Amino acid sequence: MNAEHSELLKEFTAEEVATLDEIIARHKGTPGGLIPVLEEAQVALGYLPASVQKRVAKGLNLPVSRVYGVVTFYSFFTMTPRGRHTIRVCLGTACYVRGGKALAEAIKKEVGISEGETTEDRRFTFESVRCLGACGLGPVVVINDDVHGRMKPSKLTEVLDLYS
Amino acid sequence: MALVKLTIDDKQVVVEEGTTILEAAKTIGVKIPSLCACPEINHFPGACRVCMTEVSGQRSLIASCVFPVFEGMIVKTNTERVRMARKMVVELLLANHPAECNYCVRNGSCELQKVAEAVGLKRVRFDIPDFPEKDMIDHSSPSIVRDDRKCINCHRCITVCESVQTVSVLTPSFRGSKVRVVPSFDLPLIESNCIACGQCIMACPVGALYEKDEVEDVWKAIHDPTKHVVVQEAPAIRAALGEEFGLPAGTLVTGKMISALRQLGFDKVFDTNFSADLTIIEEGNELLKRVKEGGKLPMITSCSPGWIKFCEHFYPDLLDHLSTCKSPQQMFGALAKTYYAQTAGIDPKDIVSVSIMPCTAKKFESARPEMNSSGYRDVDIVLTTRELARMIKEAGIDFLNLPEGNYDAPMGEYTGAGTIFGATGGVMEAALRTVYAVVTGENLPSLDITPVRGLEGVKEATVKVGALGEVKVAVAHGLGNARKVMDQIREGKTDYAFIEIMCCPGGCVGGGGEPIPTDNEIRRLRAGALYMDDSQVQNKRQSHENPSITKLYDNFLKEPLGHKSHELLHTHYEQRGEDIPHRA
Repeated sequence: MNAEHSELLKEFTAEEVATLDEIIARHKGTPGGLIPVLEEAQVALGYLPASVQKRVAKGLNLPVSRVYGVVTFYSFFTMTPRGRHTIRVCLGTACYVRGGKALAEAIKKEVGISEGETTEDRRFTFESVRCLGACGLGPVVVINDDVHGRMKPSKLTEVLDLYS
Repeated sequence: MALVKLTIDDKQVVVEEGTTILEAAKTIGVKIPSLCACPEINHFPGACRVCMTEVSGQRSLIASCVFPVFEGMIVKTNTERVRMARKMVVELLLANHPAECNYCVRNGSCELQKVAEAVGLKRVRFDIPDFPEKDMIDHSSPSIVRDDRKCINCHRCITVCESVQTVSVLTPSFRGSKVRVVPSFDLPLIESNCIACGQCIMACPVGALYEKDEVEDVWKAIHDPTKHVVVQEAPAIRAALGEEFGLPAGTLVTGKMISALRQLGFDKVFDTNFSADLTIIEEGNELLKRVKEGGKLPMITSCSPGWIKFCEHFYPDLLDHLSTCKSPQQMFGALAKTYYAQTAGIDPKDIVSVSIMPCTAKKFESARPEMNSSGYRDVDIVLTTRELARMIKEAGIDFLNLPEGNYDAPMGEYTGAGTIFGATGGVMEAALRTVYAVVTGENLPSLDITPVRGLEGVKEATVKVGALGEVKVAVAHGLGNARKVMDQIREGKTDYAFIEIMCCPGGCVGGGGEPIPTDNEIRRLRAGALYMDDSQVQNKRQSHENPSITKLYDNFLKEPLGHKSHELLHTHYEQRGEDIPHRA
């Protein structure tokens, strides 16, 4: 039990672990409580690594395999930490032909990670999407909720500097 | 229950409400092909879509294994649309399945092969992809190999692991075309809580789960002239091996099995039943000692290595209830390289000790680091019943026409008590026979203790044992049943003195190394063969009457629970806990 606790404390503060335990306690014994627990835990902690899943399994008296199965089934849940800002580059047809691909390459170079990854300082998570319905503005990059249209690799540094 | 009238293939059918179309069709002699369903473990996911039928008023085809009948339903099981759909389903399954049938471990017992034949499949029009063998086969466990390439996502293994054994190692992960059956966090099996029972192998319709094959290691030892290769066979082997050669379940093949082993080239053919008798002497005395000296009760049997690992993971707080006796396999191993080596004048370093077991967890057990009390690894190689059958076939031995062979001395002789170890309740019955005799100086009024026999999940009995008074015992098989008993102990709610727990449903005759298929009827027949051996073949039925055991104590061990016994025949357990990575 102690080994598991220290595994958790490597990734989260004592307050965060207490929040997790509070979430588990609130849903304990309710049928179908697993998904709400995971959802709240992800909002509170940002992601659901193995240590969190084990804690949830023990708390809800479920096999950890069941928890892992649910976490991997829903794309909303993530087992790796996410950055403070999410960069989404559009690779839909219109953006793609207007330079989306080159833009994606430039972003990778600029932030130093591949698609689906998060920078070590957890500043950025980089993803690609297929069409945001803003084809007229292509190529489009969306950072958090801000749409940046007619993007060029040369404007990238300037735009990314807006997000610290 | 209410009855429902329906029509299947223009025939009137009347069945109970809640019956599935598939079951209803059987009553009029229509066999709808099905693949993922497994009634034995109550598994009906409706996932594979092989069993589709046409139902009037339904837009799409219906999976008959999960769809309950209703009044006035009209079902067609053999239309053009149905036949084409079934073929397409199987064709698509095969399009994503390695075409290795000729050398697959399940060649001949594969349900996907059978269903391809049943739907009349003639071709697969798709290119079968190259599977990255390295990444998709998990060889980490000493007992079980998991070949993800062959998995058809029927999820039977998940159900048996979670519902029957309550170990819950396997889970579906991800979704859609990416779905894969894996241990939690996609860890190698050895780093999971897998207790190596192999019930997933018994449930798997294809070659996605199988025992770690060690046949080549045995051939190598046999062909090495410097090695003296001895073999022991668990009780459950003689009651099941015949099935691999076409004999009906429940045929006792002890004599042919011995002849086959000799013909394969083993130097000495001994018997685990001998050390089962020895286990009874040690364990019976341990029980009496605990009762008299106020030791930990109830005492629980320790013959079943899957059960032991289960207890280490899930009930680490109750490990002191386990008998300290090693399993018969490991007692035999320790004696083969000490007692037998001395008697025969052979250097133990030249002895290769092989065991034939109905069990995959025995492979794990023999590799446990503490199992080397002879100064060497006590049991070198463990083969399952299935692996032995493959060896016999490979050697071109005509099993059915073999003469009846006899065991070698000094570790081959056994009593009926030793042989019934292979069935659930057998260890308990054997132990009670001897404990009664030791306490009272007389034999039990009847040596048959029928309340502990049979396939009921948890069995109880009370036996009056002379001065000890009433002794209450329990027997559980299958770990879901074991869990019920263990939870009672944890809550302090039991007054049992002695409990037998076997990991697999039915005991060893239902073990993860036994011939495929195994179902309850087959388990019952195999157990029947062992009880027949006990009551009709063996002239002695109590372990303490075994002359070879008496000789072993006189010449070597000296006394039960003595210094030598402690050193060679008893062991200790490890607190593993849940979900903590561990290595064998």
